[in-house]
Amino acid sequence: MRDEKTTQFAQPTLTTALVASHGLTPEEYQKILKILGREPTYTELGVFSVMWSEHCSYKSSRHYLKLLPTEGPRVLQGPGENAGVVDIGDGLAVAFKMESHNHPSFIEPYQGAATGVGGILRDIFTMGARPIASLNSLRFGSIDHPRTPYLLSGVVAGIGGYGNCVGVPTVGGEVYFDECYNGNILVNAFTLGIMKKKRIFTGIAKGVGNPVIYVGSKTGRDGIHGATMASESFSEEKEQRRPTVQVGDPFTEKLLLEACLELMEKDCIVGIQDMGAAGLTSSSSEMAGRGGSGIELDLSRVPLRESGMTPYEILLSESQERMLLVARKGTEDEVKRIFDKWDLDAVVIGQVTEDRQFRAHFNGAEVVRVPITALTKEAPVYQRPAARPSNIDELQQLDLSAVQEPEDLAATLKLLLGSPNIALKEWVYRQYDHFVRSNTVIAPGADAAVIRVKGTQKGLALTVDGNSRYCFLDPYVGGVLTVAEAARNLACVGARPLGITDCLNFGSPENPEVMWQFAEVIRGMRDACMALKVPVVSGNVSFYNETDSKPIYPTPTVGMVGLLAKLKRVVTPWFKFPGDIVVLLGRTREELGGSEYLKLIHGLVKGTPPWIDLKLEEAVQNCCLEAIDRGILRSAHDISDGGLAVSLAECCIGGPDRPLGVRIETHEMIRGDALLFSESPSRIVVSLEEKNLARLQELAAELRVPMHVIGTVGGARFVIQPLLQLPVEELRSIWAHGLTARLK
Amino acid sequence: MRWGVITFPGSCDEQDVYDSLKREMGQKVKLLWHKDELTGHFDCLILPGGFSYGDYLRCGAMARFSPIMRGVVKFAQNGGLVLGICNGFQILCESGLLPGALVRNAGLQFVCRQVFLRVEESDTPFTRETKKGQLLKLPVKHGEGCYYADPSTLEHLHKNRQIILRYADAKGKPSPAANPNGSLDNIAGICNETRNVFGMMPHPEDACSQFLGSEDGLKIFSSIVASRNDRETRHA
Repeated sequence: MRDEKTTQFAQPTLTTALVASHGLTPEEYQKILKILGREPTYTELGVFSVMWSEHCSYKSSRHYLKLLPTEGPRVLQGPGENAGVVDIGDGLAVAFKMESHNHPSFIEPYQGAATGVGGILRDIFTMGARPIASLNSLRFGSIDHPRTPYLLSGVVAGIGGYGNCVGVPTVGGEVYFDECYNGNILVNAFTLGIMKKKRIFTGIAKGVGNPVIYVGSKTGRDGIHGATMASESFSEEKEQRRPTVQVGDPFTEKLLLEACLELMEKDCIVGIQDMGAAGLTSSSSEMAGRGGSGIELDLSRVPLRESGMTPYEILLSESQERMLLVARKGTEDEVKRIFDKWDLDAVVIGQVTEDRQFRAHFNGAEVVRVPITALTKEAPVYQRPAARPSNIDELQQLDLSAVQEPEDLAATLKLLLGSPNIALKEWVYRQYDHFVRSNTVIAPGADAAVIRVKGTQKGLALTVDGNSRYCFLDPYVGGVLTVAEAARNLACVGARPLGITDCLNFGSPENPEVMWQFAEVIRGMRDACMALKVPVVSGNVSFYNETDSKPIYPTPTVGMVGLLAKLKRVVTPWFKFPGDIVVLLGRTREELGGSEYLKLIHGLVKGTPPWIDLKLEEAVQNCCLEAIDRGILRSAHDISDGGLAVSLAECCIGGPDRPLGVRIETHEMIRGDALLFSESPSRIVVSLEEKNLARLQELAAELRVPMHVIGTVGGARFVIQPLLQLPVEELRSIWAHGLTARLK
Repeated sequence: MRWGVITFPGSCDEQDVYDSLKREMGQKVKLLWHKDELTGHFDCLILPGGFSYGDYLRCGAMARFSPIMRGVVKFAQNGGLVLGICNGFQILCESGLLPGALVRNAGLQFVCRQVFLRVEESDTPFTRETKKGQLLKLPVKHGEGCYYADPSTLEHLHKNRQIILRYADAKGKPSPAANPNGSLDNIAGICNETRNVFGMMPHPEDACSQFLGSEDGLKIFSSIVASRNDRETRHA
């Protein structure tokens, strides 16, 4: 029966080396033997290898992910599906998720990033939601590293090339440069879709005899073992792994998107899932796993792009723009009619069974027979050893008295504003269509992007944030700060958080120090999520981000979505009118550990990240939100990288209109560089008409939020008495050209 | 009046045009499928932006062969109003309804940003609610928006006053710095000789609400409505 010889394709003999090359440990292989009661076929070995890979099984992270709060009154679908879904009222819901595509993007930046966008789009429309906004979080090596400009331009072009063509706007994101990513860049792509609350689709296979239908692009040899690759560390020779990177076809994706959404209007679909990592194997077995069913596939029916493909290759291919759906029996013709309209393949390749087995046939012979649970629920779970890094105490030591305060603080501010991490990123986002779907209220460049929800008075705010240097120095505090900053960014535009999706990018989980970082980051994120009452509804873990055993900084990136009940109240970060009063909500402390200033000016990655009191954080955010609701504020901007001085400068020069000057007077009794560049959290710079000041003071007092009137908008100069003053046009020019000047 | 908005495979902006006309202006709009023949009565047809057939071949080169295009060409030849936006402009050039071509942006990159456009001619059905010299603020978003025509075509366009919109700076000067894609003479939109077919690279449908930073797109659409009403009155 399982004699693959009859199927006329080469079958390597199973050796220890072959098992190891599939990324399976000897213990894992023993477990396979025990489950099957026999040796696996070569094809089955491939199936286990991808389904038990870190990428698909979350075997090292699952234990910790359970700690994150995932429930809330608005949550309709938490983690475990293709995307999380949250109720936004008016009978509508939003689905959102973020995913990493780090390894492929490092190997082939254009296609790696493009297919990352393609994958996340499918995760959203497979839920029944129309994608209406994307974000991305990008981290590259040092701007001076010879490969950085190549990787940056490739990734940005890939994201634009794909997203633009599919007609989904890229409305925001973040771009960072740090040496720790020299050998392993991060590309995290986020998409949000909108849907009717009552029309949520899930990846489930049930109903014995229901047809399993393959739709979309044909299957080729691209991307075989992509999931396994994502579960290994890099070494120099892995750059030769281009064949494991898939090639994207956004036009087909667009057709697939339209066809799926059109089909979803009919009553045909039982379940639907994207063929992402581990392709046909993971989509079919996961769907059957969720439905408590079995699934039977005839691989000879799979539409192929090239001849001579083996069942192993067909099952493991990660060719893009493919979906698997389970339809109600009898609706096959309806499904075909719609896909025909869009010139796409729709082929019945199997059916739902009741035996809870994953079975695949090829040319009449059975090539796979594995219990579904062996691939899903019974995949290995590890509680890997964790150990506090031996150098962390030393890293956290920072003697500020040995850090000399620059004599010329104006020059220091100019250096910061022109540095690639802080400078204007227009070069990046002007390559992304951020207007399509005609919803974009706040385009890239603000604290959070804002889109309108057509047919309602509402808006949605979206942000993606991470600060890996903080997480490196103290992963617990870093985890807290990451979530807090994301929520603060939403508060600055007037949005209350609905939920989080995260990408957790780390080194090898087999390294106890990395595992400790992971556990600590999760603990921090959990505490912040609980305090700020934001559930985590979806996410993804990317381990093995290291090259030649050197891990990246622990980099959790958080995508947060918020709701503006009244879109007309929306506020932008930029100063609006001369004469407006500038107020600082929150308090600046002498905290320079882990700051952008310390790194850029003094070359130090040391100290502890700034201290955060989550009660105060919540109060500051509420104060800002209330003030916006009451129409008191004209602008609000979060203080983060580069501190108060950089934030104020952005308020002056970041807007679409002519820069406005400001005159600030401060009397804090802390050293000048800390006053200007400390990254103390829980601070927001706001501006308002003078006549509203009393109302803000009242509100702040009620919420116990420290607030100080620090200055007035106006003039052509940027003045912080008594520390520095500069022409605001000069600041704008430095900030606007900082990134492009370094790319030449 | 009745509007038809054509969906090609890979169109991205048909819904945006539809929403702008319907929600913001209360117009009667029908989405048309490219594989169908053009049937029924329309006052204006819009070819929306997007990436028809993925733009894998020259932009618009495939879409011009869609079945509905036969009807569009005939409709235009009979004096019907046709507006092509972005990819729609490219399709109109490919199908010979407008002269010239749109080629790769001079900067070689996709460009998405707000631009200012100076109205060069207001005696067209598409700009009659504007004033000559007026500035419109609309977004562009394209990789192939660089307008090109040979010198004699260009001269002809000037002579017949077929250049309708030009990229300009905030002061209204069509400077090189204001040109996002290297178009000849900063050309952003042209019409045909009979002034009933108009192609433009910027997107009026993305600028029809105060929330989107500009309502100038409404001026293009309301011009079309006004010219239709005018025509009605004249015929009555």
